[in-house]
Amino acid sequence: MLDLDSLHEQFGDDITESIFRDNRRIIVPSDKVYFVLEHLWRECGFDMLVEMTAADYLEYPGATDRFGVMYVLLNTTTGERVIVKTHLNLPDPELPSVFPLWHSADWLEREIFDMFGIKFEGHPDLRRILMPEEFTAFPLRKDYPLKGRGERHNFPVITRADS
Amino acid sequence: MAVGLPENLFLTKLDAAASWARSNSLWPMPFATACCGIELMATAASRHDMARFGAEVMRFSPRQCDLLIVAGRVVMKMLPVLQRIWLQMPEPKWCISMGACACTGGVFDTYAVVQGVDGFIRVDLYVPGCPPRPEQLLAALIEMQEKIKRTGTFTGREFAGRTKSNGPPPFDRDEVRRSQEAAGVPGLDIYTPPEIQLGNAGKLN
Repeated sequence: MLDLDSLHEQFGDDITESIFRDNRRIIVPSDKVYFVLEHLWRECGFDMLVEMTAADYLEYPGATDRFGVMYVLLNTTTGERVIVKTHLNLPDPELPSVFPLWHSADWLEREIFDMFGIKFEGHPDLRRILMPEEFTAFPLRKDYPLKGRGERHNFPVITRADS
Repeated sequence: MAVGLPENLFLTKLDAAASWARSNSLWPMPFATACCGIELMATAASRHDMARFGAEVMRFSPRQCDLLIVAGRVVMKMLPVLQRIWLQMPEPKWCISMGACACTGGVFDTYAVVQGVDGFIRVDLYVPGCPPRPEQLLAALIEMQEKIKRTGTFTGREFAGRTKSNGPPPFDRDEVRRSQEAAGVPGLDIYTPPEIQLGNAGKLN
């Protein structure tokens, strides 16, 4: 079982914890998140990054930060799971990439970049993964309209010579 | 002196003979991107048996097909592929848009989904349903055969005018505005907005 006090000793007191339906969340400031994750990987045996996702908290009741990024970690020896959560703000939300720790972060970080525009510094190949390369917006941001800004009328029309 | 025809001869027009041969030997190109594709497979399988109508030879090479069946929603990233497949098919060629999503975008009224493939390729026949039952697709196939027999020519001259897509302009006023505002992506010449003819529904103010 991960001990929060040891994290406090190493990384300071601004790391908090909450539990919701047996899911243990550790909330870490964004400048410390890479070091906490590295500690969890090296010292605490969390050797699998199960899922990594983000959320946009625009107009969310009580939210103080714009984006949240979640890392769901699993210790495959003990079966323990922990969720590490961090918050980011505009402009230019950026995090260090955890690709050196878990290679499963490769496509997960690309997806978050594609959908939310959060950059991951140190990622080996940070390209869009779902949307076409030419797409310029970040569609899962809450201020992006559901029907888009005319992108679906703005397709390449391929001519016979190109085909 | 009147000359009677032998019993094993009949007279017809060349156009009708060609159309008759083409309509009874359609080779479909399945462009199956979603659940409509499952119904398309069911139509081709033993229970519904599209072979009864001479259209069982599903070819996954567009060069060998003459009937494109767009089954399922088409997203933005897939649209260049669809256009390219359509252009690679040799004439004479026809297109069936199968299901609500291929015809109109269906429930997926979002930024990534094409609101009807008829805005980009020429569609001959629309099959409603979500997804359509195999019987509906068979009915569409029979209707397609009727259309080929009705309009087909030996030289395929009716295809000369079929270069543009035939889709309607957007119905929703916001949609019209958005399509007019759609700016080309800078530095990419291929991303020019398609010309949209505005009918009465599309008039702003």
